[in-house]
This record gives sequence, structure tokens and C-alpha cells, in this order.
Amino acid sequence: MYRRLIGEEVRITGHGGDEINAYLARPLGPGPYPGVGVIHHMPGWDEATTEIARRFAAHGYLAIVPNLHYREGPDASPDDAAAASRAAGGVPDERFLGDLAGALSHLASLGEHSGRSGVIGYCSGGRQAFLAACSLELDAAVDCYGAFVVGQPPAEFPIKMTPLVGRVGDLRCPLLGLFGNDDQRPSPADVDELEAELKRVGADYEFHRYDGAGHGFFATDRTMYRPEAAVDGWERIFDFFGRHLGGDRGAA
Amino acid sequence: MCSYVTKKAAVEGSGKGSGGWFRLSSVMTYLDHPYHSPYEHTLNIDFLNEEKGPGARVAVELTPESARELVACIEAALAAAPDLAG
Repeated sequence: MYRRLIGEEVRITGHGGDEINAYLARPLGPGPYPGVGVIHHMPGWDEATTEIARRFAAHGYLAIVPNLHYREGPDASPDDAAAASRAAGGVPDERFLGDLAGALSHLASLGEHSGRSGVIGYCSGGRQAFLAACSLELDAAVDCYGAFVVGQPPAEFPIKMTPLVGRVGDLRCPLLGLFGNDDQRPSPADVDELEAELKRVGADYEFHRYDGAGHGFFATDRTMYRPEAAVDGWERIFDFFGRHLGGDRGAA
Repeated sequence: MCSYVTKKAAVEGSGKGSGGWFRLSSVMTYLDHPYHSPYEHTLNIDFLNEEKGPGARVAVELTPESARELVACIEAALAAAPDLAG
């Protein structure tokens, strides 16, 4: 456990050369530390996500959370920016990838960076983590209950989102998937379908599924929080990143 | 689960946000994860004026039961004075 940390807002160069903001949490030591890109959920660049970044920092990672809604509200509160993003149709995949790549480049520019980086995303960020794993040079990726990796979004769907299962052959790094069996998006059948595809292409992956847990079981400030699944999930995450990023394997 | 499903409509009227009163141009409703309420899903309502920027927003996050109560209240209020409600 690293007890001396710093958490701060930084400016990074995102998609299309745009300057956006990000939250960076890191241990106050010489390193080397692996990097983790933390992808926030649709409600935005919120307190809960920055708390996750600090948790990674406390375990010896440089953790960065790019504000994917920055352009919709550079001076707005994260909840207002999230609403504006939703009203505008959500975050385009290409823009997300550019922003995450910029965030990871920022980590790589830090003197304490070990040279290895992973990504983790929750909810809509879980889908985006999978997309990043198929698109960017990463060393590990964690998809926490991301919907629409498989399955077609419903008709009249307002958010720009396409299924990614066809990209499974492009997966460039090991994948950890954590899912609740009571979730409907992704449903257990969706997870089965994704797993079958991963097996078919011989991907390096591991899935863990939790009974009695639904969507968002890591969210400590929500009624869907499931301590047993969340505690086990954090252990899986730190073990996975420990193996693939060379980070601290200690449980939360 | 995330529903993502979002319904929008144009509205006329005013709302009071963190910067005071402003004219409304649209309303957006979605049954999805809230920002503040401690529930898995809430019926979220954003009254917006998109021309004025993202801060021109009046937001509520209601449980589905509360949202239905709100709908019933609105319908009852409108029905009570049909000559005024148009």
C-alpha cells in the first residue's frame, strides 16, 4: 500500500489535438509504476471514478481518468456535462479512443512510468475498455459489465453505439471480464456469446461472474453494491494487473 | 444495466437552476443510472436550454414510483382546470 499519493487535475492532448482535462492519481515515489487508464461511466467524470483512480494509486499505479465529456462542458460540473453529452448523442467511439490514447501518452511521459499500461472501464466504460483493447497498444484491459459489446442496441437508440463482438479478433492484450449474473445489459447470454467468440479466436481472457449481483456491483454509493462480488472483483483486478502490468498484486 | 434510452421533447417555459431563472428549450428524460441518488436506476429529468450551455439545466432523479406519482400529479393538475390547460 502506497500511503503518500497525489491526486490532481491535469491537461492532456486528446482526440484531434484537442486539449481536455483528466484526473491523475499517483504515488509520491520514484517508481517505476505501471499506468492505468480509468474510463468513467455515462453519469460522467464523477467523484466515484476519481476515487477508483486513487485506489489504483494506493496500489502503486499511475491512474488517469480522461474527462470524456469535457468538450460538452469545459467549465460545467461533471453532471451537467454528462447530461449535455447524452443530449448530443453520447461520446463517439473514435473520439473516445483519441482521448484515451492521449491520457495514456500523458502517463508514458511521466518519469515514474514503467512502460506498461492497462485500461479499466465500468458500465459504458466497460464497452469502451473492450474497444480500446481492440484498437490501442495496451498490456491489459478490464471490462466491468460493459453492455453492447455483443447485442444490438434497441431501435430509436439515442446513443451512438455499435456492437464490438466482430472486433474480437483484433484484441491486442489480455482481457479480464467481471459480470453480475443478475444483469440484463450485458445479460448472462450476452456474456456467453462474448466468451464463445473469445474462445473461438483463442484470445487470452478470463471472465468471472457473480451470482446475486447485477449491474454496477462495484458502486459503493448505490443500492446495487454487492460487497462479496466487489471484494472478489478488486482482488481479481489487482491480480490481473499485477501479472500483466507488473504492478502491486495486493488485494484492496 | 444501463438503459441508455433517452426521450427528448421541445418545451416552452422557465426553470430555475444554479445560476437563477432561465428560459427552457427542451426536456430530456431517461431511466438510467443517476448521478446523485443512491439507486441503481432512476427516472432522470433534465430541463435544458442547450443554447445557454450545459449549466442551464434543472435536474431531478426520481425513483420510478416517484416518477409515476409526478406524472399523475401533473395529469391531475392539468385535468382540474381544462379551460386553462388547453
